[in-house]
Amino acid sequence: MKQALATVVQEICKKYDFDKQRMMDIVLGVQGRFGCISVEAMDLIAEMVGSHRVEVESVVTFYSFLSLKPQGKVVIRLCDDIVDWMKGYDAVADAMSKALGITMGETTSDGAITLTKTPCIGMSDQAPAALVNDVVVTNLSPERAQDLIHNLRRHLDPQQLVTTVGDGNHSHPLIRSMVRNNIRRRGPVHFADFEAGQALKATLAMDPEAVIATIRASRLRGRGGAGFATGLKWELCRNTPSDRRYVLCNADEGEPGTFKDRVLLTECAAQVFEGMTIAGYAIGADTGIVYLRGEYAYLRPYLEQVLEERRANGLLGRQIQGHPSFHFDIRIQMGAGAYVCGEETALISSCEGHRGDPKNRPPFPPQCGYLDRPTIVNNVESFSAAARIMLKGAPWFEAIGSERTTGTKLLSVSGDCRKPGVYEVPFGISAREVLELAEADNPGAVLIGGPCRQMLGPDRFSGRICYDDLATGGAFIIFNRARNKLAIAERYLDFFIDESCGHCTPCRVGLQLLKNLVHKVVTGAGEPSDLAEMRRLSNIIIQTSRCGLGQAAPNPVLGALENFSALYTDLVSERSPGLLSTFDLSRAVVDAELRVGRQSKYV
Amino acid sequence: MKHIEFTIDGKTMTAKPGQTILKAAEAHGVYIPHLCAYKDLIPHGSCRVCSVRCNGRIQAACVQTVSEGMIVENDTPEIHEFRKAILDMLFVEGNHFCMFCEKSGQCELQALAYRFGITAPQFPLLEPERELDMSHPDVYLDHNRCILCGRCVRVSQDLDNKNCFQFVGRGHRKRLKVNGEALAETDLRVTDAVVASCPVGALMKKRVGYAIPIGERHFDQQPIGHAIEEKNS
Ligand SMILES: Cc1cc2nc3c(=O)[nH]c(=O)nc-3n(C[C@H](O)[C@H](O)[C@H](O)COP(=O)(O)O)c2cc1C
Ligand code: SF4
Ligand code: SF4
Ligand code: FES
Repeated sequence: MKQALATVVQEICKKYDFDKQRMMDIVLGVQGRFGCISVEAMDLIAEMVGSHRVEVESVVTFYSFLSLKPQGKVVIRLCDDIVDWMKGYDAVADAMSKALGITMGETTSDGAITLTKTPCIGMSDQAPAALVNDVVVTNLSPERAQDLIHNLRRHLDPQQLVTTVGDGNHSHPLIRSMVRNNIRRRGPVHFADFEAGQALKATLAMDPEAVIATIRASRLRGRGGAGFATGLKWELCRNTPSDRRYVLCNADEGEPGTFKDRVLLTECAAQVFEGMTIAGYAIGADTGIVYLRGEYAYLRPYLEQVLEERRANGLLGRQIQGHPSFHFDIRIQMGAGAYVCGEETALISSCEGHRGDPKNRPPFPPQCGYLDRPTIVNNVESFSAAARIMLKGAPWFEAIGSERTTGTKLLSVSGDCRKPGVYEVPFGISAREVLELAEADNPGAVLIGGPCRQMLGPDRFSGRICYDDLATGGAFIIFNRARNKLAIAERYLDFFIDESCGHCTPCRVGLQLLKNLVHKVVTGAGEPSDLAEMRRLSNIIIQTSRCGLGQAAPNPVLGALENFSALYTDLVSERSPGLLSTFDLSRAVVDAELRVGRQSKYV
Repeated sequence: MKHIEFTIDGKTMTAKPGQTILKAAEAHGVYIPHLCAYKDLIPHGSCRVCSVRCNGRIQAACVQTVSEGMIVENDTPEIHEFRKAILDMLFVEGNHFCMFCEKSGQCELQALAYRFGITAPQFPLLEPERELDMSHPDVYLDHNRCILCGRCVRVSQDLDNKNCFQFVGRGHRKRLKVNGEALAETDLRVTDAVVASCPVGALMKKRVGYAIPIGERHFDQQPIGHAIEEKNS
């Protein structure tokens, strides 16, 4: 067995040239073969790539999908996002636990099946959903969950769970998935016909500078959330002297309630890859990397084939479309379950084979990014838009959208509505119009941009989706009037606490303190001063954290305080002086009894 | 070399190109409280105690480099409040019983707390369960007091040319880990630079505790930051 381990680890390390920077692929490869990355395996990897066990361990323990300990042959990761929770997560989790005879986090005694939970897997429009190894199962109900376990017990083959396939490319032999696209509205930028190679042809007829000028003129802004001007980013990168530059595509899509990049990769992969190639030409790069979140591993074989086809057709590789000096290729880097890796510098760390810790900025990636070279990181949708702009021209693009925010936006609509799914809408559309399109059910609040932003009440529904008003990376989560906004805010805080990289004191510790305060208020033990303290603590965390995660994590709480303040103020009350509202006498007695080992006489 | 002009709390000073706010301030006798920054190691930027308002935004002074005309606020009520809160977070995150701790009087976290007038925690204690590693003959590691500043990680790598420490886990589960099951399994020597680098009582030499009488310990003599501020007077 030991020998076998050494041989396989050697084989895997060799596949990646014993290169420490490919640590993610190496550990994923080892786990793929042995179900975990044991201490022995880490020692071997460290020795072979010239590292130390603790360094390998620091990477492995960062990512939720990597494990030091053996797991079941099949791992079920039930998505416990808010939307799944609203659609019946609890009952499904219960049904699975019962059918398996284990609780969440455990493995069946025969070592066959592990049951665990995971944050948003990008299926909010078909929730509750789960990953069974790499296979996605959607629209779960307690009955379907029971059947699923029953069948799985029989064959232990997740792929056999796919009995019906979804629409579009989901029936492609390399995907074969029950996932559905749910494209509710097709717009001109992403979902119009696209012939591979045409946008590239228009691009290669220009100088790189003219390409950048075109993107700048289109006023395209990044679709990943922050909205940085894409053309300017490319220009900064091109103008930084270096021997090499890199194009990184952010397909980490971890923001709860976002799934439009999944649909783009399923239906418009050629357009996305073409956008990356155009960017490569514009900035002077020869390598592109797609950072694909581990949850979307089921798309990988298909995406690899699209890349292969492009190579065969002269759209990737050397001398692209006959251009004498333009060479460019793309590889896919798998993630392994870490939301923070969507932050662009964390994404770079992960691609370099490290923990997914964000980096200190400045320098910014266009100056110094992947392997310390100038790098652009753009969202999947940004690349897709760039390809269309090169095909149709900047004026065409600029004419769509609102005056100050050009083009269309893909919205991932989910929650309490009849038509969840992906909508390509022009910028400037109002939240109310989207609610109507989605046939929202008695909407009481909407979270535009996901938990990084503040939840809005009906008084803000007339707001418009654009960078000057309601900015969004794509999530549009609808909550009906009966939903408990405080409980939602608390659950989102739990998400950020789990997903923080743990580097900064305010993010690592402050968020736990904030959650305890919210919990105190939600459970009725709060005092008016707690509300002020929640605001104060939120401000400290937002201001002093290093990256966008810590800087946004208190927003669900602040949003609830700002826009639904009556809910909070109704829950808190002054206590008589000297009384500690969080002190629970009976619990304290039980604690004490446990410690002394006998029952109290007096209570 | 061209010098860069900038201001801290309204006072104009100069910095070398590429110099961090923290280092430039120190050169002028202005103390910016800090914990994870250590000597000339690459700054970690994790404790956030060195937070300053810099051209309107909060930045970590140990990481942020000075630029021409930069306006830095260091000594303001707002910054004080942030730093106090952050120090307090570090206290409640671990288990710090200063009165019994061998590092008392020599501890940078404790000294900063005194400097900021912290006498009791403002936040509820998190009371985590942490381990104590006594396996090594000459050095011990008490995770109860570790503030995850990463000094030992960097010193072991960059000054000792070893790799005895790394962080494992993420978020609230992040902790320090040694290269092996316990300290004794690493190639750590008591003479390594790393042993003196810990700002708190987490990584400690054995058998030398309580050697200095109360009243004569390092921070009994003068508050933390004094050595830097002295240059100014
Ligand atoms: C915690 C965190 C998570 C993020 N996740 C994503 C993501 O999943 N996808 C994405 O495109 N951008 C994400 N971003 C934004 C990226 O840092 C970056 O701004 C973006 O990829 C730039 O691309 P764009 O300019 O095309 O939008 C995230 C940012 C933070 C702070
Ligand atoms: S803000 Fe949070 S996630 Fe971002 S670097 Fe700091 S600890 Fe990590
Ligand atoms: S042991 Fe000391 S030096 Fe190392 S991370 Fe912990 S507190 Fe910092
Ligand atoms: S000293 Fe700057 S963040 Fe710790």
